[in-house]
Amino acid sequence: MIISELKPLPEILGYLDGDKKIFIVGCKGCAEVCQTGDEPQVLEMKQKLGQEGKTVTGYCVVDFLCDKALVKTRLFPHEDEIDAADSLLVMTCGIGVQATAAVVNKLVHPAANTINVGGSRGEWRGSERCRECGDCVLDLTGGICPLTACTKWLINGPCGGAKNGKCEVEPDVRDCGWHLIYERLKKLGRLDKMQTMPIVKNYAKMQPPKELRSTIMWALEQQETKV
Amino acid sequence: MSLREKLQNGKFVVTAEIGPAKGVDIHEFNENAELLKGRVDAVNCTDQQSAVMRLGSLVACHLLNQKGVEPVFQMTCRDRNRIALQSDLLSAYVMGVENVLCLTGDYVTLGDHPDAKPVFDLDSVSLLHAAQQLEQGKDLAGKELKGTPKFFLGACVTPGADPVEPQLIKMERKVKAGAQFFQTQAIYEPKTFEAFMKEAKKFGVPVLVGIVVLRSAAMAKFMNKNVAGIHVPDELIDEMDKAENKLQKGVEIAARLINEMKGMCQGTHIMAIGLESKVPAILDAAKL
Ligand code: SF4
Ligand code: SF4
Repeated sequence: MIISELKPLPEILGYLDGDKKIFIVGCKGCAEVCQTGDEPQVLEMKQKLGQEGKTVTGYCVVDFLCDKALVKTRLFPHEDEIDAADSLLVMTCGIGVQATAAVVNKLVHPAANTINVGGSRGEWRGSERCRECGDCVLDLTGGICPLTACTKWLINGPCGGAKNGKCEVEPDVRDCGWHLIYERLKKLGRLDKMQTMPIVKNYAKMQPPKELRSTIMWALEQQETKV
Repeated sequence: MSLREKLQNGKFVVTAEIGPAKGVDIHEFNENAELLKGRVDAVNCTDQQSAVMRLGSLVACHLLNQKGVEPVFQMTCRDRNRIALQSDLLSAYVMGVENVLCLTGDYVTLGDHPDAKPVFDLDSVSLLHAAQQLEQGKDLAGKELKGTPKFFLGACVTPGADPVEPQLIKMERKVKAGAQFFQTQAIYEPKTFEAFMKEAKKFGVPVLVGIVVLRSAAMAKFMNKNVAGIHVPDELIDEMDKAENKLQKGVEIAARLINEMKGMCQGTHIMAIGLESKVPAILDAAKL
């Protein structure tokens, strides 16, 4: 299961700055279990956004947001509501956000941070990857994850090495992630997002929590020192 | 006058680079340094160039300082995390190394230790930012420093990248993060460079045009095929092909390129890659 936690509301509102009309996408997969993107959380978000003066043009809770084909069919009936929105708020893990971005021509904002993709990886059938960085930046990259799409997991833009849109490290098999990000943001008219990246990435949340890092022996020793 | 002062005074500057030895025999390094002394304004020491393990760049900079040659300390983010990078920045300052070129670095699989674990905790932009923080008396964690360093921070840009717009966006981020000068990837087409400089001028930072000395037509073709952002036009490949003395031709072309682009920028950075001994000849031919 993919573990996600909701981002603080001010951060989400920061992403939505300038956007008045929002369409919300939720997920009945792992996000339901984590209570980040099931219907109750989506409705709560809808209400909060309303209080902040935003119009929610509609919402949709997809069974598994990591399955692109499914996302496409489930969002189809909401086409008009999505068209009417300035952008989409996606309440689920990084993979779900990327999958949504891959099927809509609008900016998508992540509402959650992915902290762990351990165990079963959902219905994940796409090429999307998440490094469970715990501090999702998909808002700034048009829904393409720079940590996994760029070989050097650069967060400040491309190195000078891409050629014909391919990565210098593996030109035969790999697109340049930053080329994809640039092309997408350009298409959405939001290249300004590239300028607003946080310059230094916080990797602290990528470390497994203490409990998971420990072995039984280690845990026992810890207990003993406490006694 | 230091590199910083020369650029501030509007002098057209020349830098060249030397790769530290793979091993501890520093004869050739010293010879190259002697050759360049007095002819160039500063010398870059590459940092495990192409991800190939060698003698360290900081030590090489120290050797240059001892010889009275002003060094440019190249730093990549491939091999060190933010703790080691900041520590090396402090060490550089203490050893009298002021110029630092902040780079992301080539990926490990391109070098001679493909099994290594790459780091990339920071990248070129965040390394500049870290250095700038240190100059303001704080480290990246916000902790106070005892004594503050002062650097002349540089960065790299690829004017021949296609598309070039993301490069310009990143260049702006580098300027904001503290870059005070740029050395470019090699350029063989003055028109491409002119178009790039038209855009880059607005950042108001000096740009040193990058020159890689051609050795043969085969080398040019190899770069066209394998090195992104470098394009050697067919006429130049032809010229190299027909030349009897290839080395002399390479020198002549390098000098010609410098002369054609001199008026568009604030200096030139010559990457001789093994032909360091030819740099004085290039400068003679370019009348620099
Ligand atoms: S930025 Fe990438 S790695 Fe981090 S949570 Fe988002 S999708 Fe996952
Ligand atoms: S070429 Fe693109 S994907 Fe590859 S390391 Fe550079 S920026 Fe990243």
